[in-house]
Amino acid sequence: MSIAKSSTFPVAAETDVVKVRQAVRAAAIECKFSLVDQTKVVTAASELGRNLLIYGGGGEVRIELLQEGLRRGLRTVFEDHGPGIPDIEQAMKDGFTSGSGMGLGLGGARRLVNEFDIVSKVGEGTRVTITKWK
Amino acid sequence: MQEKIPILQIDDLLLVSIQVDMHDQLALQLQDDLTEKITATSARGVLIDISSLEIVDSFIGRIIGNISAMARILDAKTVVVGMQPAVAITLVELGLTLGGVHTALNVSRGMELLRRGSSDS
Repeated sequence: MSIAKSSTFPVAAETDVVKVRQAVRAAAIECKFSLVDQTKVVTAASELGRNLLIYGGGGEVRIELLQEGLRRGLRTVFEDHGPGIPDIEQAMKDGFTSGSGMGLGLGGARRLVNEFDIVSKVGEGTRVTITKWK
Repeated sequence: MQEKIPILQIDDLLLVSIQVDMHDQLALQLQDDLTEKITATSARGVLIDISSLEIVDSFIGRIIGNISAMARILDAKTVVVGMQPAVAITLVELGLTLGGVHTALNVSRGMELLRRGSSDS
């Protein structure tokens, strides 16, 4: 698997989340995703971008266009240096929220993509990686 | 200048068409503006056109649900119209069904629904 293209976006304000959505949309179009798949991956990015800002205190989003043989994919990495998540299993559950959301962010985002990975260390931060393949 | 989503009044109906990629604060602002406007104009119905929205995530979904619930308490009915098919598919997979929110395919059907609602009462 090779990374054909990579770009990074800082997230420090709500308007940055909008920029991330737009960049993910552009990347999804470049990967020739169907409209439904574009919408799914942009929605997942919106959820995770908001989490990054609200719970992680901001951070960075990296968008990567992947090439594996003939198939193309889009990987998005959300990384913060916030407080971390003590209980990931609980955080992934629908309906669980420590904030003002609906508690659909993590679990919902996972359902919208093909691959989902979360690594979190209390006191160090959280990294969520999602991948959608064409 | 602070951005705002315009709210139009037609008789006793309020009409909102969301044409921008909203950040969260803007959506919250719309929620506040709409509830105030319902009271100020004694509106009986609220029509929200989301045909230009390319995504509805859990936050926007929650705001739509809130607006609908607040309007109901203020004696107004809310109809959300024009959702793109890809957005509907994504919403349901995300886990959001917008329970309790009236929807219609387009503006004219939404207006019909609101007019019918107000003549019933």
